[in-house]
Amino acid sequence: MSTPPKQGEFYQRDRRWHPPALSQDYKTSVTRSPQFPLISLENTASEITGPVFGHNDINATDNDLLSNFAQPGESPIGERIIVHGRVLDENARPVPNTLVEIWQANASGRYRHKKDTYLGALDPNFGGCGRTLTDENGCYHFRTVKPGAYPWRNWVNDWRPAHIHVSVFGTGFAQRLITQLYFEGDPLIARCPIVNTIPDHEAVEMLIARLDMNATIPLDTIAYRFDIVLRGRRSTLFENRLEGN
Amino acid sequence: MPRRLDYLKETPSQTAGPYVHIGLAPGAAGFQIYDQELGWEIAGPGAKGERIRVEGVVVDGTGSPVKDVLLEAWQANAEGIYAHPEHPGDVEEGFRGWGRVITDFETGEWGFDTVKPGLVLGRGGQMMAPHINLWIVARGINVGLNTRLYFEDEGEANAADPVLNVIEWERRRSTLIAGRSERGGKPVYRFDIRLQGEDETVFFDI
Repeated sequence: MSTPPKQGEFYQRDRRWHPPALSQDYKTSVTRSPQFPLISLENTASEITGPVFGHNDINATDNDLLSNFAQPGESPIGERIIVHGRVLDENARPVPNTLVEIWQANASGRYRHKKDTYLGALDPNFGGCGRTLTDENGCYHFRTVKPGAYPWRNWVNDWRPAHIHVSVFGTGFAQRLITQLYFEGDPLIARCPIVNTIPDHEAVEMLIARLDMNATIPLDTIAYRFDIVLRGRRSTLFENRLEGN
Repeated sequence: MPRRLDYLKETPSQTAGPYVHIGLAPGAAGFQIYDQELGWEIAGPGAKGERIRVEGVVVDGTGSPVKDVLLEAWQANAEGIYAHPEHPGDVEEGFRGWGRVITDFETGEWGFDTVKPGLVLGRGGQMMAPHINLWIVARGINVGLNTRLYFEDEGEANAADPVLNVIEWERRRSTLIAGRSERGGKPVYRFDIRLQGEDETVFFDI
C-alpha cells in the first residue's frame, strides 16, 4: 500500500506579482496600507495548516446563484452565465476539496448589502453569493448572472468593470486568497484603479475569465472559464524536514 | 539555452472591497441565504481549555476605526494542536480553530469567543508561545494582512517565542501582545490593530 506524498512548506509569495499595499490611485489604500516592511517568517505549523471544509458545511445547491435566492419558479434578471475552472497550485497540481466562495453585484450593478446605496435596482431574485467545494480534480463551477458595471467614489467618474469576488482557502492558512474575476473584452478593465494596483500586465491577464463556448449550454447559459492558482509547496513532510528540499 | 522552469504563477490578490460580507457573512450584509454561515464557532461547547473573549478595533492611518473589515482567526487547541490532518495529534470534538469575525458597521469594534490556545511546536523543535493567527481583509487592503495575537499573561513563553524574537525592532513586538482584563469573571483580551502610524501592528509575510 502506498501512502500519498506528504507536502511541505509553501513557496515564497512573489510580492512583486501582487499589488503593493500602497497604490496611490486606489485612494482607500493610502490610509490602510502598512508603512513598515512585512516581517518575513519561515513556515511553521501555524501557516502550513488551515481550516478543512466538508460537504456538511455547505449545501449542494449553494453554487447556483440563479436559484439560491430566487422565489420558486422565478429567476434573476440578466445574462445567465456559468463560471467554471480549476484550482491548481504553482506546481500545476489540482487542489481538491477546497472551499471557493464568490460574491457579486446583480445585473444592474447593485449589491445586496445594507451599505450599498447605488441607484441600480435590487433584484428580488438575486442574493449575489455562492460557495462550493472543488472536486477531486480541483474543478469547481457556479451558475449566476453576469454582474453589471457600477460607479464608485475614487476619482469622480470611476466605474468598476463587471467583476466577481472570489475567496479561496487551499490547504494551509498561508494560501488564503481573495481576488476578483473580470470578463474578457471589457473596456473598463484597463481603466480601473483597483485592477491597476497590479503592476504586471501578465498578472492582470490571470484575472480575466475567458469566454468558453465549449462549456456553454446552447439556448440556455453562456460560460466563462477562470482557473485559480494557489501557492505551491515543496514535497517534504514539514515535521521531518523543516528546512524543505 | 537553459530549459524554462514551468511553474505557474499564483493568482494575484485583489481587495475584498467593502461588501465582503455578502460572500463570507451574508447575515451581516442584511440577508439570509444559507442554512449555515461558516466561521461563527471557533471552539464549540466540547472544546477544552480556558474560555476567553478577544476584542479589538482596526485603526487606519488617520486614527479612525475601519468599519468594513473581515478578520479570520486560525488557532491551535489548548494542547497546541491544529484541527488539520497534517498536524500530528487530534483535536477534541467541537474544536475547529477557525473563525470569521466582522466589525460593527458603526463603531468598528470586533470580537469573538474561543479557548486559549496552547504552546505550538515551531521550527527546529522550539516551542511557540500561545498565539492566534489573524488574517485581515477590507476595502483598501490589496493583499490580506497576516498577523499574530499573543497573550499578555504569557510573559515567559512570549520572551522565548521564536517568531516574536525574529522582530528586530524590539519596541514593535508589543503590538502583537493582547492586554488581559476581566469582565463578569471571564478573561477578555484586547487587541487593537493599527494599519499605519507610530504603533503600526507588525504584519508578516508568511
